[in-house]
Amino acid sequence: MRTLFSASLFSLTALTVGLLTATSAQAQTVQISGAGATFPAPLLQRWFDAYNRTVDPTVQVSYQSVGSGAGLEQVINGAVDFGVSEAPFSGARLESFRAKYGYEPLQLPLGGGAIEFAYNLPDIKDGELILKRETYCGIVTGEITRWDDNRIKADNPDIANRLPPLDITWVHRSDGSGTTFVFTNHLKAVCPNWTAGAGTSVEWPVGIGAQGNEGVAATIKQEPGAIGYVNQSYAKLENMATARLENKAGNIVEFSTEAATSALDAPIPDDFALLVPDPEGPNDYPIVGLFWVMLYREYPDQEKLTKLVETLKWTQGPEGQAITRELDYIPMPEAAIQRIFAELDAITVNPNAVR
Amino acid sequence: MTSAATGYGSPPNPDIDVDIEKKASPSRAVDVGFVRLTLALAGFAGIILIWVILQTTEAALPAIQQFGLGFLVTARWNPVENIYGVLPQIYGSLMTSLVALIFAIPLGIGTAIFLTEGFAPKWVTAPIGFAIELIVAIPSVVLGLWGIFVLIPAVRPIFRAINQTLGWIPFFGGPAPRGPSLLIVAMVLGIMISPIIISITRSTFESLPRSLKEGALALGATRWETILTVMIPAGLSGIVSSIMLALGRALGETMVAAMLSGNANRINISLMQPGSTITALIASQFGEAGRLQVSALMYAGVVLMVLTLLVNIVAEIIIRKFQNLEQ
Repeated sequence: MRTLFSASLFSLTALTVGLLTATSAQAQTVQISGAGATFPAPLLQRWFDAYNRTVDPTVQVSYQSVGSGAGLEQVINGAVDFGVSEAPFSGARLESFRAKYGYEPLQLPLGGGAIEFAYNLPDIKDGELILKRETYCGIVTGEITRWDDNRIKADNPDIANRLPPLDITWVHRSDGSGTTFVFTNHLKAVCPNWTAGAGTSVEWPVGIGAQGNEGVAATIKQEPGAIGYVNQSYAKLENMATARLENKAGNIVEFSTEAATSALDAPIPDDFALLVPDPEGPNDYPIVGLFWVMLYREYPDQEKLTKLVETLKWTQGPEGQAITRELDYIPMPEAAIQRIFAELDAITVNPNAVR
Repeated sequence: MTSAATGYGSPPNPDIDVDIEKKASPSRAVDVGFVRLTLALAGFAGIILIWVILQTTEAALPAIQQFGLGFLVTARWNPVENIYGVLPQIYGSLMTSLVALIFAIPLGIGTAIFLTEGFAPKWVTAPIGFAIELIVAIPSVVLGLWGIFVLIPAVRPIFRAINQTLGWIPFFGGPAPRGPSLLIVAMVLGIMISPIIISITRSTFESLPRSLKEGALALGATRWETILTVMIPAGLSGIVSSIMLALGRALGETMVAAMLSGNANRINISLMQPGSTITALIASQFGEAGRLQVSALMYAGVVLMVLTLLVNIVAEIIIRKFQNLEQ
């Protein structure tokens, strides 16, 4: 009885000590919170998880993928430590940020993505369909309504007799999305008849709207004759048939990480708000865009700032970029990374920083 | 009594009075407390409702000032140029809900009659009743997925046939129907709201006095005549209120509409073409909306609240009318 008692007392003490150590370890943990775009969310979550497990277990970054717009609002409200967006700060939001903090937001690109046309045509396999610029412009504006239209046949002499006598069902995003922002920026630059402009959500002249990349993918799969735009990483994940596109130089290109990386290798302006609506290189993939992390230029807490900067630098280092490639996102070019690091080092600590 | 007590020479014991009050007070305090608690709870519910309405309207103010009542008749939703109107969504919300009722009312009332009028033994009706209650437990996102992967491919040939033969009716017109459409939304909504009609109608029939039915049968009415001419008119107020509840549910349903309507923010009379509803618009656009767009979405929310309020008022009027008829 006595041994039992002492044994339980011992285990109780051990438990208490264990709890105490656990508590003190927790006290050292730095919690960093971010919010924003859904498209880069899988990459961000992999990055932050890998960083926590392999590099620095005391850093816990939580990222809520609530959408670019909602993320920017949270940055303006001071509710998060960083935001992520697929569209640069602009308009009323930029003015609100300036008015509240008295400086320009720090927006740094962390990577990019490409957008592909995915289709559901019974007899036509992945990569067989070629879309020239006038043709896909005609599809999105509703001028071309049939798959056996002569303009599509002219683009595809090899498979002209296999193009089915089906109506074209255009599938677009119904939710506001950075994917739509990048895609419509491209349309605006390329299509003379595109009047809906560019934005995270636009007034589509034709088509069916579906929620998220997964909704677009499901709708395309359910509809013979459907075509829509999805993020490249998603098209690969869902094994969707995608089209080869004509780029600005007039060449027909298929998506590859190299073609997309070279498309994004353009001179980056001082505010990093690089949009490449229509890349010029001869082998560039035509529809690409960046995503940015939105930061303050002053943080109240030295330790949190240090950890945040270390984490962000790691994402651009060799391990971080390996994950970027693995998940089919586009890593930033080396020259841009040096400038990003310089901007990160310039963030200051101010205990009275506005939040 | 007190004077008599003083007459005995001993001073009146002031504790006695107090004691009586003390004994009475605990149960009385509970009583009063309970009344106040229920009052507070009822008030709380009302305050939350008013608070939500005020906050939504306040957030909608910039859009209300900019677009005014033109918002209700404009058929454009253009976040790039900040031009907003919800006519297609109002049409979509009303039409999907009304058509859902066309599916749900016969289904609901028929099932309720079958379950209560002794057409089948208990071992048949009990599992059916249980299954109906389970429909309510299906999450709407699951019904949405079922709509995309099962219902749409199943009804597509039927829709195409209707479109080809009856295409001259505007509601079935347009190009050959593809996947998502307002009619698909209405069908799934009909399935979703029928349990409401069934359960309320069923309890209405069960609560009708037996003498009504027995009297009708005694007068020589057949079972069919009894149901049509006695049971349904007698239970009409219950049936109508169940229908109105179901209509309110259909107007507010979001996930099914967002997944199956096609989210086309264009006006299209045909129910076989993609459309949109107010709830689907708000749900799909909120996350990435710009400042004025958020305000316009809030305005759309206010419009939906007013629509629902109107439906409830109409329901109340109809129910009162029928109650008068019964008396």
